[in-house]
Amino acid sequence: MFLRLVYESFRRQKRRKLLAGTAITLGVGVATAMIAVATDIGDKVSRELRAFGANLVVTPQEDTLDLQIAGVDLKPPSDGAYLNEADLPKIRGMFWHNNIVGFAPILPVTVNVGGKDVTLLGEYFSKPLTFGKEDFQTGVRSTYPWWKVSGNWPADNSQDILLGERLAAKLGYKQGDAIDFGGRSHRVAGVLSTGGVEDDQIVAPLAVAQGILGKPGAVRRLYVSALTKPEDAFGRRDPKTLRGAEFDRWYCSPYVQSIAYQLQEVIPNSHAEQIRQVAQNEGNVLSRIQGLMMLITLAALLAAALAVSAAMATAIFERRGEVGLMKALGASSVAVAAVFFAEALLLAVLGGSIGFVGGAILARVIGRSIFDSQIAINLVLFPIVIAIAVLVTFAGSALAIRRAVKFEPVYALRGEA
Amino acid sequence: MGSRSRRTGAPHHSMFLRMLLRAAVLRRGRAAGALLAMVVAAAVTTAMLNLYVDVQAKLHTEFRNYGANIVAVAKNGQALPGDGLEKIRSIIGTRGMAAPFAYVVARTSDGQSVVVAGTDLDQVRALDRWWSVTAWPSHEQDALVGTRAAALVAPQGAPFELSFQGRTVLLNLAGTVRTGTSEDSRIYLSRKTFEDWTGVRPSTVEIAASGSPEEVRDTIQALQLALPEAEIRPVRQIMEGEARVLGKTRATLLVCAVLIILTSALCVLSTLMGWVFDRRRDFAIMKALGASERLISGFFVTEAAVMGAVGAAFGFAIGVGIAVWIGRVNFHAPVVPRFAVLPEVLLGSIAVALLSAILPMFLLQRVQPATILRGE
Repeated sequence: MFLRLVYESFRRQKRRKLLAGTAITLGVGVATAMIAVATDIGDKVSRELRAFGANLVVTPQEDTLDLQIAGVDLKPPSDGAYLNEADLPKIRGMFWHNNIVGFAPILPVTVNVGGKDVTLLGEYFSKPLTFGKEDFQTGVRSTYPWWKVSGNWPADNSQDILLGERLAAKLGYKQGDAIDFGGRSHRVAGVLSTGGVEDDQIVAPLAVAQGILGKPGAVRRLYVSALTKPEDAFGRRDPKTLRGAEFDRWYCSPYVQSIAYQLQEVIPNSHAEQIRQVAQNEGNVLSRIQGLMMLITLAALLAAALAVSAAMATAIFERRGEVGLMKALGASSVAVAAVFFAEALLLAVLGGSIGFVGGAILARVIGRSIFDSQIAINLVLFPIVIAIAVLVTFAGSALAIRRAVKFEPVYALRGEA
Repeated sequence: MGSRSRRTGAPHHSMFLRMLLRAAVLRRGRAAGALLAMVVAAAVTTAMLNLYVDVQAKLHTEFRNYGANIVAVAKNGQALPGDGLEKIRSIIGTRGMAAPFAYVVARTSDGQSVVVAGTDLDQVRALDRWWSVTAWPSHEQDALVGTRAAALVAPQGAPFELSFQGRTVLLNLAGTVRTGTSEDSRIYLSRKTFEDWTGVRPSTVEIAASGSPEEVRDTIQALQLALPEAEIRPVRQIMEGEARVLGKTRATLLVCAVLIILTSALCVLSTLMGWVFDRRRDFAIMKALGASERLISGFFVTEAAVMGAVGAAFGFAIGVGIAVWIGRVNFHAPVVPRFAVLPEVLLGSIAVALLSAILPMFLLQRVQPATILRGE
């Protein structure tokens, strides 16, 4: 009898059920999409923040002081210590290697072009490297997305170079010209514009700079761009003071400090340091945007819950006559409430499932159109979302059901609401 | 009510008002429910619109923590003209900061080269907030020393000597600075100490100009005009990163705002439609008593408009409160209420309310009053 009541109610009141069901579907859909976007926004924005460039720098441990003024290196190229280029692919083997967006070694040397001293930077552009069985590419193109080249990027194994735009204008060279320095001729593959000191410099494949310096395998500094977690009090602690499980937890969190620690482990005789301008501000911006999205998601959940409750309350309120009839025929309040709750449960599960799928698709569309990458929906979310949908539907119905059940059947049947 | 009620004559005028009032009082439970939905929807909409408009300014402020977005460098390694800094400061006014830097390579007592910079330390402190400094210099002859330079010149924190072009100066180590980049190898002095010792004037000014990319571009142009001796460059790393993150955040926020506003509008629509539909009896009785279609439509439409306006007014106040609260919690600065969004919220609310009154009216108009009164 109970099942039949519920079944017939759905069969005969298709319009009303459709209305309430639509409200639930929409509410759950919006809630799912918002939760998915809010939980994933940290990851997405952190990737966007890599546009600010490297957040870690690795230098030789026993290095002399930098002599840099306004980005121009005054240190004699032969001075100080070097990192070994052969150690670089090992970064791919460290614990947080998936968080390393890219790295770029740098070796500044001085060359004489037409009687003038010019700084030449040896770099990786997009160098194919191998670690174990894995092939990957890295270089300035992934660490410095704001570098723009008119012309072509040189191949990493060529003798071609990039000319900074101000230097090119000063010297009167353009793309395709040949330029002589270091005892041989180099082709200008493109003109580089960075808005920084590189505009006055030559940028060449690392091997070219090493050849000019006469030190194969030498790297002055290594810039690393890594996805990190905003720093907190625990992240700032000195790893030397941490014991056992605490150290493991620190080591296995992608704090900029723990990534620096691991870089020092894989690259011998190195000192890794966070670039505070990038690393510190990144955490601030990230937590602001994440916080904003969390608060907005809360607002969205509230609006969705209200929409669902309102729809349920309206749907039940319209059926006072039915309640009166059931009660007049001797149904207890509990039995009447049970019918309504069963209907609400069914609506919530059905509407919730469709809404979840719709919300997942919506989140995917948002991710693809705004961030050019997928927003993955965690399936763990499904039972949680359904549970919330059922809860909200019940909460929305409860008041209306209580009022409908308390009603004297006589009034209800006479239509005096 | 307007022209319609006037045409129906004076007695009807008061009757019309009375009907409106009594309807609200007698069914206050349902009326309150409908109004509540209206208020919540208007509040959420107001909050989202306020946030959407304001978040750009908030994030611009946040991004200014990345430091300078414009650099002015004197051409050919010369010093900037004496009034250069004043010119720059008068152009950026209160919407930014400027810190001058002068550099020399000095020698330590054991003959090592080290870069020494003279600057306005108070400005640097405000401009480069990511600098991790143990203590800022407060006296003359105090130096702020990079961590790597400190290990070289004053491992025990004792006073140290530096020489430049035969002139020697004795400095106290006030504190150390750590940034992870070239600052760690430098020594920073106040401009006065630096100029008394070396006589070298600033060649670089780092400028943080706040505002949108267009405003920053205008600032760069104004600076270029005022200082033809210097090269004014945007720091593209900062400008492009900022534009990119900001654009994506705003796009996400816009999508969320649209979703939330649509959901709450739908919620209002379904609630109000329920509330109008529920009163088909009133409708039937009015019709049976000989009220014209016009009067009845006027009645329901007025009711909906009033409800929309009242709901929007309350909702606007609450929504501004929510936006201010979110601003305070998340950005530690209140969101400035935008009264420009009030007409939009008001019109939107009334439009949704009218729509939800008119839709059931169409359905009801086709039904005979008797059918409704019989309860079918």
